[in-house]
Amino acid sequence: MKLIFEKSAPGRRSQLLDRCDVEQFELPEKFKRAEKAPLPQLSEIDVDRHYSELNTRVHGVNTSFYPLGSCTMKYNPRVNEEIAALPGFTGIHPLAPEYSVQGCKEVIATAKKYLCEISGMDDMTFQPAAGAHGEFTGVMLIKQYHQSRGDQKRCKIIVPDSAHGTNPATAAMCGFEVVNIASAPDGCVDIEALKAALGDDTAGLMLTNPNTVGLFDENILEITRLVHEAGGLCYYDGANLNAVMGVVRPGDMGFDCTHMNLHKTFSTPHGGGGPGAGAVGCKAFLAPFLPKSALMDEEGHIQVRSFEGNFLIVVRALAYLLTLGKEGIPEASTNAVLNANYLMHQIKGTFEPAFDRICMHEFVLDLGAFKKETGVSALDVAKTLIDYGMHPPTMYFPLIVHEALMLEPTETESKDTLDWAAEVFRKVYELAHQDPEYMHEAPHHAQIGRPDEVLAARKPVVRFRPAE
Amino acid sequence: MGSYVPSSMEQRDEMLKALGLSSVLELYKDVPEEMLVKGGLDLPEGMSEMGTMRAMSAMAAKNIVFGTVLRGAGSYDHYIPSIVKTVPAKEEFLTAYTPYQAEMSQGVLQSIFEYQTMICQLTGMDVSNASVYDGASAAAEAAAMCRGRKRTVTLISAAAHPDVINTVRTYCMGSGTEMRIVPARDGKTDPEALKEMLTDDVAGFYLQQPNFYGQIEDAEELGAMAHEAGAMFIMGVNPISLGIMKTPAECGADIAVGEGQPLGMPMAYGGPYLGFMATTEKNMRKLPGRIVGETVDSRGERCYVLSLQAREQHIRREKASSNICSNEALCALTASVYMAAMGPDGIADAAAQCLSKAHYLAKQLCTVKGVELVYTGDFFHEFVTTMPEKDKVLKALEDAGILGGLPIEEGVLWCATEKVSKAEMDRAVSIVKEVLA
Amino acid sequence: MNFPAELKYSKDHEWVIMDGGVAVIGITDFAQDALGDVVFVNLPQEGDEVGMGEAFGDVESVKAVSDLNSPVSGTVCAVNEAALDSPESLNSDPYGTWLIKVQDLGDTEELMDAEAYKAFCDTVA
Repeated sequence: MKLIFEKSAPGRRSQLLDRCDVEQFELPEKFKRAEKAPLPQLSEIDVDRHYSELNTRVHGVNTSFYPLGSCTMKYNPRVNEEIAALPGFTGIHPLAPEYSVQGCKEVIATAKKYLCEISGMDDMTFQPAAGAHGEFTGVMLIKQYHQSRGDQKRCKIIVPDSAHGTNPATAAMCGFEVVNIASAPDGCVDIEALKAALGDDTAGLMLTNPNTVGLFDENILEITRLVHEAGGLCYYDGANLNAVMGVVRPGDMGFDCTHMNLHKTFSTPHGGGGPGAGAVGCKAFLAPFLPKSALMDEEGHIQVRSFEGNFLIVVRALAYLLTLGKEGIPEASTNAVLNANYLMHQIKGTFEPAFDRICMHEFVLDLGAFKKETGVSALDVAKTLIDYGMHPPTMYFPLIVHEALMLEPTETESKDTLDWAAEVFRKVYELAHQDPEYMHEAPHHAQIGRPDEVLAARKPVVRFRPAE
Repeated sequence: MGSYVPSSMEQRDEMLKALGLSSVLELYKDVPEEMLVKGGLDLPEGMSEMGTMRAMSAMAAKNIVFGTVLRGAGSYDHYIPSIVKTVPAKEEFLTAYTPYQAEMSQGVLQSIFEYQTMICQLTGMDVSNASVYDGASAAAEAAAMCRGRKRTVTLISAAAHPDVINTVRTYCMGSGTEMRIVPARDGKTDPEALKEMLTDDVAGFYLQQPNFYGQIEDAEELGAMAHEAGAMFIMGVNPISLGIMKTPAECGADIAVGEGQPLGMPMAYGGPYLGFMATTEKNMRKLPGRIVGETVDSRGERCYVLSLQAREQHIRREKASSNICSNEALCALTASVYMAAMGPDGIADAAAQCLSKAHYLAKQLCTVKGVELVYTGDFFHEFVTTMPEKDKVLKALEDAGILGGLPIEEGVLWCATEKVSKAEMDRAVSIVKEVLA
Repeated sequence: MNFPAELKYSKDHEWVIMDGGVAVIGITDFAQDALGDVVFVNLPQEGDEVGMGEAFGDVESVKAVSDLNSPVSGTVCAVNEAALDSPESLNSDPYGTWLIKVQDLGDTEELMDAEAYKAFCDTVA
């Protein structure tokens, strides 16, 4: 497919703006750019067709089953899009006077109230634009807390080795030393390893529960108690909240602050990789340390991006919360867990779950033995699934399971879809035994064959340049 | 109660039976009993779609949408062509995830590759990443790119946007490095002060162009000073202004960042916005975040992949330079469609109109007694005037459906974009005149 | 798997040869095989100090990064630009592609000879 630049032709244009109705002001020469920006020149129909063509090469939740573990690819309600496009929301300047933005304030206050209720927190910020951004904010709350107490010793953050890469990266960004603790064989926190790592230099612990292999850590109260006793705080990574909303609250598990992904758990669309919103909630004692906009609010607080955050994402999340309500929230979670267990049950007998026990909203398949037997890797399986019209599950995460495939069906898939998915996995399992070579070369019927990632990394070409 | 769970009650029972269970709560047996939510959450009952639409519309109706916006300060009311709204609303673009499986996501990957290219074309730089959250966090990430073992201090102009300054300060606080503010004089960065502050522990100097007060800075001179002192030069630029203004590349910047909101995103009470980051070939591997690269597939066809991932958090973990895991993909797509729809002539026109209209507005406002420019240097589309009876004036404008400039300590910070007509500006001026008569 | 007899080997899978008072360091065949296709190498600059057992750089493949740990302490006196330009040479010719040269040697790790290193690799594999 051609790039948009390869469809450009000089002189093509559309008349989008009115003619200037005031006297032309001439910019002093010394400030002018030498030549116009060499952007592509296309008529509107060219632009329309180009993006329509690109759109046919995109796979969305609306296309088919998307069981990406840890990403919560649930249905993105259409009505939320319509609401987020209301001029009464889009046409509002962030620095408009308070009396004129009472609707925005109500959206934020209401979303805050409901999300605090769901997470068991007392206060919240919507400033972070993504989950990782929320993690940074949450750990900065911990940092400020210890600094405010004059406690300079606490320089370490404990992270289980099963954690998502953003956790240790966040801790490092906040100036902490990362202490990795090995997980127990069942994927949960090894209490002895935790005890050994705790000390008066512990600032806090970053944890997600259910954990990254999809299991609920039943020792969670002891874990948070131990950290508190050592003088540290507990941060909850909300990536897996979809398993427990309305059933358990992070605040009741002993966590002091949390982030939630509005773009995962609360149905706002992923957009190909963003925008999202990483709402950060905290207990009352940490509220003074929450970020604020220096210009919109007041100075003297930390800040992680301009203004108050991705407002239109909060709008979508609130619409979702209003629709689901008191009954719908736990209905979503319990069905997410039911669907995951059902799918795992249907697949068992072919691929092996890494942990043969009740899972939460996601589960991990361990293809280690399978690979030894057939020579077919998790990557080969994933690429073959593409030929069957399914988006592959998450590959090679978490790191503590080798040849891992992590599946999260979410609650918005029907039993029929799950039965179909299980059937596809069975077919692929058989294919691996009959024709492994075919799978090494998969996908065969996709937009492209396997890309040469080594070439891309060795000889990076990250932009188009016209041929000389 | 609204629900998006498609399985019928019968189907849910079938699934439970297949698992040998009789209730979903049995699936939570690992959860300590005392932790379970009892009696349900304190939330209202769920609503039908109609009900949700009604409730949210009522909230939107409590906001005032001003027909004329003369306020900028980091969020700008530009004309958004219709196609810029329809393309990102396409369901596939909207609901797709990060393009980890290249074979299924060439559409997203190619659109990001095109976005990266267009940002380079606009800024004159060599390479761009796939975007970060917004202009302020982009500035903070750029400051981090400059830091090395010996040089760790970030200098930032006092004439930068207060939110940018505060965000950079926060990120520096996280990494335990120092940020020092270079004072402004007459609404622009003080070159004497900068010279003095460019000590040999300075890693990078951040300049906003045009700056918070709308003034055009002497970027080339200040950048040269930074380079002479061994520091890197970061420019935070307004993307529309680049339709006609000297590019960061032409000014010698090592890194160009900025707020991409003016490229087709509505003001939306602050977000979602778009942070762009571009740099020279030499600094490519220091860029945080996602980058899409070109390669070939197993059949020799050109294709696109997420590349240079070994810089990122999922591989480097605590050794990553940034924890960023995503980009603002849909906003980057919006910006690309805007740049493609407007083209070089369209963006140049938008910039020229912003420039002309702001100068017209300034001239007219200054015919009112008591109103004069606070800073008299060259400006792009924003300027500061004195304003007697500030609050009264702004309220009178608001009553007429006009959002006037931002009240700041020095007076009022005005903005005029291509969207504002002469008639609207004349009306605003006459209201100001009336109030101050 | 190749284990040239004239070289010495560290537990971190680097090879070392002493050339006058200068240590020449690279990665072994075992290391490049485990890493897969090398796409990028990060190396220090001339004049940088390195510590025994500390990372002096890293090697990137598409999906992973591995630290390069120095078996000696001292000052970097040369960096192989060719390795930076053509990282694939670490795969095709690991023993012909030195990475850094270190002078003013202080502490030195206990290094193995080819036999011992080969035995060590057998236990690790």
